[in-house]
Amino acid sequence: MSERHRLCHTEEVMGTVFSFDIRDPATSAIESALGDAVCWLHRVDAIFSTYRPGSQISRLARGELTVAECDAEVAEVLRLCRGAGHRSGGAFTASPGGRLDPSGMVKGWATERASRMLYAAGSRHHLVNGGGDIQARGGSAPGRPWRCGIADPWRGGEVAAVVSGRDLAVATSGTAERGHHILDPATGAPPTALVSITLVGRHLTEVDALATAAFVKGERARDWVASLPGVEAFALTADGRTWWTPGFAALGGTVNDRAGAAR
Amino acid sequence: MKRPVLVTATTVLGLFLVLYAKPHQEPDRPAPAAAPSSRPSADGSADTSTGASPDAVSGRFTGDVVETRRGPVQVRITLAKSRLTEVDVLEGVHDEGPSAGAVPQLTQRALDAQSADIDAVSGATYTSQGYISSLQSALDRADV
Repeated sequence: MSERHRLCHTEEVMGTVFSFDIRDPATSAIESALGDAVCWLHRVDAIFSTYRPGSQISRLARGELTVAECDAEVAEVLRLCRGAGHRSGGAFTASPGGRLDPSGMVKGWATERASRMLYAAGSRHHLVNGGGDIQARGGSAPGRPWRCGIADPWRGGEVAAVVSGRDLAVATSGTAERGHHILDPATGAPPTALVSITLVGRHLTEVDALATAAFVKGERARDWVASLPGVEAFALTADGRTWWTPGFAALGGTVNDRAGAAR
Repeated sequence: MKRPVLVTATTVLGLFLVLYAKPHQEPDRPAPAAAPSSRPSADGSADTSTGASPDAVSGRFTGDVVETRRGPVQVRITLAKSRLTEVDVLEGVHDEGPSAGAVPQLTQRALDAQSADIDAVSGATYTSQGYISSLQSALDRADV
């Protein structure tokens, strides 16, 4: 049992809950950075919310603003969206359903940025959970990795797999994940092959956007993710199976042999 | 049939998720007592056998009402010597349960999670995050 100090905080923002779990000895710099990160998340929400008609992203979508007139974060996120679009062969887009909506990028990017703010203030061991998408730095205690469960949508409260490691990013996309549907840009319809897919890597900005693209790709995601360096996947299919990419175990993944609905 | 199963599952998961935040009965805020115990003590392992909890907390604690996109949710927890013994859903989301049958299951999951060695869970819904927030506030109130 660790005797290290621990600083926890939960914040409702972006239509979900962000939680911070800081395992470093508390310093005023870290506490201050936590406050700054929380304030910044609210600012990001105000800029990027597609639910607020007056947000910059809403005004940008209506042509009332140019990207240059928006805060710098807007150009940054749109650039990241274009990069994810290229990497995924168009399965990720900043305009699902034809309307500007970079929400599939914003949460993971903001979560990783919040983690960076803590790191810059001296926190080397923390976990930021942005509504189920996780950026962990360092370990959970000296010599101990972080352990992140992957929810099993078929069996309440149980985890389908556990990912263990240092400096982990874990993002899950699925039918149960969001208030709005993920749409396949190619068909305009929600993908149906997978119930959820979890991507594991180092940087949540990348991993979260690729998870959205992988969910769209369905069964094709298996080979696609396997071809991506430093990223692994674990999926639960609509017919109750599970699969994972060859490097999943090497990345600290352990699969619950009871996972999924069918044997 | 699939959808109700899914949503019940994620609701239960919500409570599961919360517990990772403070599973070890450590004080949330650095307590004065934590300072000496965080240093390597001269007398070795004498204080490790007593665990990290300075004061065991017992009682019922009601969490905040948390608004979700599907309506408000609220939970109440019962602690005995800082161990979670019961989770009651005071206000739930009707189209997602929890049904009468799901609540005992939910409590059991929460109790199981207490001993699970997991720091976080990926893949939560917005509504389950609401349960998380309410349960977290109840735990904050209990100061465990």
